[in-house]
Amino acid sequence: MERKVAIFRKEHFNAAHRLFVPGWTDAQNFEKFGKCSNPHYHGHNYDLVVKVTGVPDAQTGYLINLSDLSSIIQKHVLAKFDHKNLNLDTKEFAHLNPTAENIVFVIYEILRKELDEALGLTVRLYETERNFVEYPAN
Amino acid sequence: MVFLTRIEHFNAAHKLYNPAWTREKNEEVFGACANENWHGHNYELYVTVKGDPDPDTGFLYDVKKLSNIIKERVTEKLDHKNLNEEVDFLKGKMCSTENLIIGIWEELNSHLPATVKLHSLKLYETARIFVEYFG
Repeated sequence: MERKVAIFRKEHFNAAHRLFVPGWTDAQNFEKFGKCSNPHYHGHNYDLVVKVTGVPDAQTGYLINLSDLSSIIQKHVLAKFDHKNLNLDTKEFAHLNPTAENIVFVIYEILRKELDEALGLTVRLYETERNFVEYPAN
Repeated sequence: MVFLTRIEHFNAAHKLYNPAWTREKNEEVFGACANENWHGHNYELYVTVKGDPDPDTGFLYDVKKLSNIIKERVTEKLDHKNLNEEVDFLKGKMCSTENLIIGIWEELNSHLPATVKLHSLKLYETARIFVEYFG
């Protein structure tokens, strides 16, 4: 019997960011984004939960080697974002507002390319303990 | 004697960077934390006061008032701010967690009522890194 299973890896990174629309005035940005639009930036400890789904290999019992999954996240996500200013130091957010929504889209696209097509992928990103996003939304 | 703790939190940007040093030396000492463009954290602050409960109220201190003092004196100055550039009590200091907790102690200690004794502070920079200070 083919049994589908979900496997999770948690990682984290610390980064600075600022939410703003470049064409807007500081007042407009402050009205929409509040203190998150502070031009001097603020920051977060982001927690990342990567969920991979599929049917484990019959011979090994593995869906994916978690050490490999961790290395993929380290190399392709954390190396880009950890201890960085998302607005200033990353090409991904040079022209994209680094909201939690946009960050989870970007991380999903990065990881999707690195994983076997047969595997399902969901990414959950915590900006704080109480504010988090998940993509895709099912 | 009872110990009463209130937990507050704030999110801020900072960098560990000594302006008297070269960029190379800063990177050597502080690693990724020296990034000139800042990085950030969700900080969690534990404020513990001590004393005996008032016989009339049963309270050591009204924890709502304690929360308001922490907000007014500390978290409003730090939340969604750049610690190196925007905080009066950190001006000219290195923005390490150690210096941050000492600065917070000084802000709080001078604004608590004489009847309330500040016992300790605990400040988490990440879930796995924290400092404690007892004055």
